Amino acid sequence: MNEKTLEKLKILADAAKYDVSCASSGTSRNNVKGGIGTASGWGICHSFTPDGRCISLFKILLTNHCIYDCAYCSNRRSNDVRRTAFIAEELAELTIEFYRRNYIEGLFLSSGVMRNPDYTMEQMLRVVKLLREVHRFNGYIHMKAIPGASNELVAQAGRLVDRMSVNLEIPSETNLKLLAPEKDYSSVFTPMRFIQQGMLESAEDRKKFRSAPRFVPAGQSTQVIIGATPDNDKQILTLASALYKRPSFKRVYYSGYIPVNTGDSRLPILPTPPLVRENRLYQADWLMRFYEFRANELVDDAHPDLDLDVDPKMGWALRHPEFFPIDVNTAPYEMILRIPGIGVKSAKLIITSRRYGRLTSEQLKKIGVVMKRARYFIVCRELPMQTVNELTPQYVRRQVSRKQKKIAAELLQYSIDWGE
Amino acid sequence: MIVFEYDHTFDGLLSCVFFAYEQKKFPDLIFSESDQKPLFIEEQYYVDTEIEKSKRVWKALEKKLSKFARNMMLSVWLSELPETAMLLFRYIRKSIDHPQGIEMNFGDDDVLRIRDIAQKVATDAHKLVQFVRFQETVDGIWFAPVSPRYNVLSLIVPHFKSRYAGQPWIIYDTVRNVGLYYDTRTVQEISFSQKDLAELKSGKPGNEKLSDEEAFFQQLWKEYFQSITIKERINLKLQRQHMPKRYWKYLPEIS
Ligand code: SF4
Repeated sequence: MNEKTLEKLKILADAAKYDVSCASSGTSRNNVKGGIGTASGWGICHSFTPDGRCISLFKILLTNHCIYDCAYCSNRRSNDVRRTAFIAEELAELTIEFYRRNYIEGLFLSSGVMRNPDYTMEQMLRVVKLLREVHRFNGYIHMKAIPGASNELVAQAGRLVDRMSVNLEIPSETNLKLLAPEKDYSSVFTPMRFIQQGMLESAEDRKKFRSAPRFVPAGQSTQVIIGATPDNDKQILTLASALYKRPSFKRVYYSGYIPVNTGDSRLPILPTPPLVRENRLYQADWLMRFYEFRANELVDDAHPDLDLDVDPKMGWALRHPEFFPIDVNTAPYEMILRIPGIGVKSAKLIITSRRYGRLTSEQLKKIGVVMKRARYFIVCRELPMQTVNELTPQYVRRQVSRKQKKIAAELLQYSIDWGE
Repeated sequence: MIVFEYDHTFDGLLSCVFFAYEQKKFPDLIFSESDQKPLFIEEQYYVDTEIEKSKRVWKALEKKLSKFARNMMLSVWLSELPETAMLLFRYIRKSIDHPQGIEMNFGDDDVLRIRDIAQKVATDAHKLVQFVRFQETVDGIWFAPVSPRYNVLSLIVPHFKSRYAGQPWIIYDTVRNVGLYYDTRTVQEISFSQKDLAELKSGKPGNEKLSDEEAFFQQLWKEYFQSITIKERINLKLQRQHMPKRYWKYLPEIS
């Protein structure tokens, strides 16, 4: 390792930065004897960059050489950028040195495509093998599956890493083909399916033999770019909810498009990345995963895009005033979860605390309910307050959206829990 | 006003509980030598710490409170906030007196306060797990200065012990001037002299104390941190929200 390492690191980190995923959650590993590292089961962020994003894994490309020419990517072959590649030993050692200092939870290894997909996967596998077998590294590893790589290589990788991902990038196949002529949905979905199959088989085997090897124990994830194509939120969320139905799928990441290549007429010119929209999609995604909302409750043909002024849960509530008011002292958990301003934690606290007596709005506040938003939708021990039905959804929308706009733009972009 | 004086240990506090039930005297205030002496004392008792009695109280609590709640109590103790002694006392008393216990009654102010403080302490401990930074010293010990808000060092030992099982380390609380040294077998408490502490507090031990490569890896990390940032999305407020400034002191990527 020397000065050159430093140069490589700069180039290959810079080229890796647009991949959003950084989560290190989903597996726990204990230290192996004579080895280094554990995985805690929930993600740990070790730093936050000035853009407010979490650094959990050492996110890096093996190389930014690429034979493909995807319009939205800075590594595409038609770009005139400095190209470089790590040597496997060098990258493995760097990972260990960062890990020893508690900078990272592990490695997120991705790569441009050198020569062909198989060759690339082989080189990536060498890094992972060095880490697991030579350094006896037992921390977290997330590895990209290169679209088009052989099943055999994906299978080898799957037995060594915690998570794999194949990025969809573009939420519809026609637009993908337009922007990435060498790719299509089958090159993405084939490895996804294979990873899933491997996981299910390993789960079966482990029921029979506890020592059977694990396969991608933290599941798979993918990323879609938002705003590079005209695809609407309905398409995106429908796609996401279909993916979440697969047992192996843990996360869909949404990445607001940043124009890295100018002067390509296939791509829009955006003054700023669509951060508010991206945030709304994360919120909607969250509602689908933890609040039992269905995609078609959040977006439909009449509302194909999420409302940028209010969060999707509020948006749903305002479209369904007939559902409210809800009496927090008697309603079942699922209904309480639907109230704007009440999260999973406070909903659970409400259920346990109300056994000791009817809750007042003061107590609700202390429990963590955001009364500014919840008040239009609930009744508690006091006389019913004025609810969305008396005040009308239009009025409530005006009240809550002024505040929300500001917050959404400034802060909440990523206040999605990174560790799942 | 009835006041108890005790030795400011957790066992001492539990002894106060024992004493109170035995004497049927319940304090309005519990204080120790280091606290300011209260005004308007009507009755004052000095409560001796007796491990046997404190154990009995704890046993009784094991029946009334879940392990989770008992851990919360210990976290609250580690917060070292002035209110802790009385808050814990009231919480224990309510747990003992209430037939079904009160653990889940989040309508009760003390129950909520216990939860809030315990959460703050847990967050502080988690921040350490996130932001501890080890530096490799010449003698092969990995050294990390920290300045947590609460006295949470003991809470993070299991994490670092298993993660870096084969790597001797010191995590040193520069606020309380006490550290933990793990020699790849056991963890023991250490503390440095005032003179050494001054140097430690800066977070930058002299170069002669660090391994040859340490500066280079810190530089690599710093460069990585800059390269991985997306300039089009700069949001310093969000950065600070996740990583409050008070934790920046020992981060090589920022200082
Ligand atoms: S294959 Fe990957 S690295 Fe290559 S141009 Fe496309 S997105 Fe970029």
